[in-house]
Amino acid sequence: MTLTDGILTDTPVQAPPVRPKNLWRRALRNRRTAIAGGFLVLATLVALLAPLIAPYDYRDMVGLPLSPDGLLGTDDFGRDVFSRLLIALRTTLSVAVSSVIIAGVIGVALGLIAGYAGRIVGTVIMRAIDILLSFPPVVLAIAAVAILGDELVNVVLVIGVLYIPRFTRIVYSQVLALRHVEYVEAAQIMGASTPNILLRTILPNVSAPIIVQVSLSVSFAIQLEAGLSFLGLGAQPPLPSLGSMVGTGRDFLEVQPSLLIYPSIVIVAVVLALNVFGDGLRDLLDPRKRGALSGRAERRGNFYPGRAKRRGNVR
Amino acid sequence: MSQYVIRRLGLAAVQLAVVGTIVFFLIRLIPGDPARASLGESATEEQVAAARQAMRLNEPLMGQFFGFWGRLLKGDLGTSLISGRPVMQDLPSRLANSLELVLLALAIAVLIGVLLGRIAATHADRPADHLLVGGSIFGISLPVFVIGTLLLLVFTFWIPILPPRRFVTPWADPLGHLQILILPVITLAGAACAVITRMTRAAMLETLSADYVRTARAKGVAEKMVVRRHALRTALVPVVAVTTVELTTLIGGTVLVETIFGWPGISSLLMNAVGQRDYPVIQAVVLATATVVILVNLIGDMAVRTLDPRTTES
Repeated sequence: MTLTDGILTDTPVQAPPVRPKNLWRRALRNRRTAIAGGFLVLATLVALLAPLIAPYDYRDMVGLPLSPDGLLGTDDFGRDVFSRLLIALRTTLSVAVSSVIIAGVIGVALGLIAGYAGRIVGTVIMRAIDILLSFPPVVLAIAAVAILGDELVNVVLVIGVLYIPRFTRIVYSQVLALRHVEYVEAAQIMGASTPNILLRTILPNVSAPIIVQVSLSVSFAIQLEAGLSFLGLGAQPPLPSLGSMVGTGRDFLEVQPSLLIYPSIVIVAVVLALNVFGDGLRDLLDPRKRGALSGRAERRGNFYPGRAKRRGNVR
Repeated sequence: MSQYVIRRLGLAAVQLAVVGTIVFFLIRLIPGDPARASLGESATEEQVAAARQAMRLNEPLMGQFFGFWGRLLKGDLGTSLISGRPVMQDLPSRLANSLELVLLALAIAVLIGVLLGRIAATHADRPADHLLVGGSIFGISLPVFVIGTLLLLVFTFWIPILPPRRFVTPWADPLGHLQILILPVITLAGAACAVITRMTRAAMLETLSADYVRTARAKGVAEKMVVRRHALRTALVPVVAVTTVELTTLIGGTVLVETIFGWPGISSLLMNAVGQRDYPVIQAVVLATATVVILVNLIGDMAVRTLDPRTTES
């Protein structure tokens, strides 16, 4: 796994840091990233306000089973699909976001320590991370949830632990590069304490790639949570999750395909928005793409403005 | 090189040892008595005692630990609590069925992904590229169980060209086997293909603007050769690396896909074991899949090493 490290990092270690404030402003200038970001804000609001927006209680039987009543029809228990979809979005998003927060906090802390504490500690932490990566996430998650019990808290914890390596690896490589940068050494000479240097000097300078990773990790966490719920291991009935709704849809494929199609659309839309948003942020951080950008190209989401001219050669 | 191989093999051995140890402690994390947990509330004392015996929970912890490793090294993965059969009787054939799906899907994903990535890179910023970039980010955003279920809906009910049918081995009925193979393999290949397309495109965009490619063009090498020999070959290094990572994802994805299509792989073994709290089987499946992942990473790292002379020198 050691070799793939360097190859798979999207941001070269030597990249000059971008401060988050700058990152947000630039991200919003790109149309595609801005639309994805807007959609995510909307999805978050809907998830937060779901119980208020939902026309019915997600547990109540409001019509005949599998009837077209209401906005999107009813499910096998006669419950309103639209209301359940809103609550499902809320469940899935909250599990995904909480687990990424856990992964982010622990992962970043481990990465800071591993990068700053010297070779032995660093090697031990990074090898432990490698071990965690040698389990296929879905299989380990199924086993862990089966063993710990399928309460949502356990799902959050399991997904959280599984995504620690993503954060640790990124922070580690960045800290290694920053350790001997002048302003870090200046802080050391001035007698700043180690926690102070890590949190106040180094962390702000590695935060941009962490933000990108949060966006992409939430997208993976949604897929993992939904996958577990699809198998019946996540949110337990009557509480819906997007995955368990797809699972129900599968059982009624022939009778009522809409039960499958609506939750599928919601999952794909949210995951797509997160991926587009994360990609947009990541491209902004990549110095190979950053330098060459003209304002217009950036707005259009065109990251290879020079390439158009060379086209004749390329073919 | 040989020193690297030895070090890498050593690392894999350590990884396997730690993974085995973690798996051993996994069921001992269960709050309370694992034997009782596996049988449920209504179990009698005799049943619980028998389960404790079968799971060897009565021995002292160190004894259990070394016993576990001793048996493991002899290829004994324990006995199912439910069927009473050794796990090794079922696991190899199930794992083989799963790997059949995973490897076929990966082969298809690599072939198509590299081809599409190459098309995107050589048509950078033209409609074909935009379409492929958009398509691949969409592909990545489709969870396997969503693609799988939708494919099932479309091809078995709406356009019934692939009606659901029972699993047959390739030896009993090669054509029938091929038929039931199609949907699960497409499902698994989809997302992996999108990832590989993106990686190939990104890597080739970089190599196409490298100095040695310009030199090759200046020498008058035909454009086709420049793309194939100079740009694509170097770009394959990160593609191999990402393919290794994708394989891990596919092994997880296959659990979901097998459930959807009723494929008798590790999924049904694992899900049945989870439903019945058959801990030895759960342990065995986790251990087996983790071993596959470690071996795949080992092979992937070796391949990268061989393909890219720069990594050998450093």
